[in-house]
Amino acid sequence: MSTVRQREAIRYVAKNMRVDLRLIAEMIAPGSRVLDIGCGDGTLISYLFHTKGCDARGIEIDMAEVTRAIAHGLPVMHGDADVDLAYYPDGAFDYVVLSRTLQAVGRPREVLRQMLRIGARAVISFPNFGHWQVRWQLLAHGKMPLTAIWDRPWYETPNIHPCTIRDFFELCETDGYIVEQWLAADETGRRAPWRRSRWLANIFGQQGLFLLRSA
Amino acid sequence: MDPTIDIAIEHTHVRFADGLTLECGTHLPSLTLAYRTYGRLNEARSNAILVCHALTGDQYVAERHPLTGKPGWWELVVGPGRPIDTERFFVICSNVLGGCMGSTGPRSVRDDAAGDGSALWGIDFPPITIGDMVRAQKKLVDYLGIRRLFAVVGGSMGGMQVLQWAASYPDAVFAAVPIAAAAHHSAQNIAFHEVGRQAIFADPDWQGGRYWQSGRVPARGLAVARMAAHITYLSEKALTRKFGRRQRPGEAAAGSGFPFFGDIFEVESYLRHQGSTFVKRFDANSYLTITRAMDYFDLAADYNGDLAAAFRHSQTRFCLVSFSSDWLFPTAESRAIAQALNRAGANVSFVEIKTDKGHDAFLLDEPDFHRTLAGFLAGCREHAGLL
Repeated sequence: MSTVRQREAIRYVAKNMRVDLRLIAEMIAPGSRVLDIGCGDGTLISYLFHTKGCDARGIEIDMAEVTRAIAHGLPVMHGDADVDLAYYPDGAFDYVVLSRTLQAVGRPREVLRQMLRIGARAVISFPNFGHWQVRWQLLAHGKMPLTAIWDRPWYETPNIHPCTIRDFFELCETDGYIVEQWLAADETGRRAPWRRSRWLANIFGQQGLFLLRSA
Repeated sequence: MDPTIDIAIEHTHVRFADGLTLECGTHLPSLTLAYRTYGRLNEARSNAILVCHALTGDQYVAERHPLTGKPGWWELVVGPGRPIDTERFFVICSNVLGGCMGSTGPRSVRDDAAGDGSALWGIDFPPITIGDMVRAQKKLVDYLGIRRLFAVVGGSMGGMQVLQWAASYPDAVFAAVPIAAAAHHSAQNIAFHEVGRQAIFADPDWQGGRYWQSGRVPARGLAVARMAAHITYLSEKALTRKFGRRQRPGEAAAGSGFPFFGDIFEVESYLRHQGSTFVKRFDANSYLTITRAMDYFDLAADYNGDLAAAFRHSQTRFCLVSFSSDWLFPTAESRAIAQALNRAGANVSFVEIKTDKGHDAFLLDEPDFHRTLAGFLAGCREHAGLL
């Protein structure tokens, strides 16, 4: 009976999981130790535990989400990416995941450095500020863009550090991170056909997804 | 006020004839632990949860108290269908070492070389620590034939015991839930305890701690200690919500005996009631002994000041819970524990529950807390293969 329930849980998760989370899950090897920063209600860690046998844990800053996650039996702690990564020992995880959160942290460069200190690999997804709709809105209207992903006005957005796919490549180069995999995806998660060209991906990709390791 | 404690009540207990050597070096010739259990131990003996009670709690977690007639102190959490579900788990709770509800403590008959067979320990009871309480509980758990506890759960001083359990017996604790706790007692908390103790010492009926000889117990001092402590268990907001500045006309004379004082405030009446009911069930010397044990508690100190070292290589799954309006064991204390556990690489969940009920929230109806606890235990059941 438990396996039936488990299978139902997996189907539930898979059906409702954000597409970038599904793409992230594909990058993670079974049985690995994973820390998901900004894990929300723990959808990804639940999926990684149930389908890939990972020891997956989460950090989340929104207390209501933390309560929901723990109430679902998931190991999640209240914490802040800008502050709490410093408390983990070197190499504590195989993968450290940061999905759609990099643009909202106070010190993105430091958070990346911490991620690759405590984890062998980092998986990062972020909304691409270089997408053509964003560029067009700024060019045509001269106003801060509002799109499906960038959906809050400038005065109340938590996204204080937006970047483009090209910006991100540049930072990886500067800080010496090796990009093992990358792809651009649209909002529905179809992998963009421009993955061979960073230039095209930066125009047509709504989100970027990177797998990094230290040099 | 009838402050005599009925010691005729027979509590379920086990007596260990080999006694217990305390951290202070003194050997207690025999050790008695009074305890209660709820639910059924499964065949694999893998479904046991040890509940650790707080300073003035006792083993009557989920049943009518034999002395006060009141419901168990954690019936909202422990029972059939509750977060700690007694239809699923075998729940154990023992009165702590130093307590006054049947376990060895200052009110036990002194049985070392200086004892005469009838005199009580009183203030000659050796100083005890949270570590001593936990080693006593370990004897009980061994006696019950349980090699690994599925979980150890407790709030406040109970949470201190949970941390000590996880540090001392990591292989015997699958999951640990320290609630509204801290890894050491803060200077402010020691200060509040000292006020309580001084109130007891100042009561002429305390008689240097040998009050059992005269039959008069230091009820006024103990009541004042309880009143002062009780304020720290609540929050300014909760007091305002419950009592505000409301007064009770006509009660002044009965309460204070000073007519010029005017009407009594409801909050005063409430505190007096808390004080006077407490002395009917608690022993003053036990209060002194246990508050001292809490003051001594500093888990990191046993590991060269590094709290993470207490949990190194721990496979225990931790769930830390704090309450937003708790100023006695504030969230920062739980966060410090969570960060130490992260440094140790342990598996830790940590949440602060939003409430205005202060430290006492862990005893009260807090649906978010109860959902969190039930969900955490359910997740642990899955990981332990206990389905």
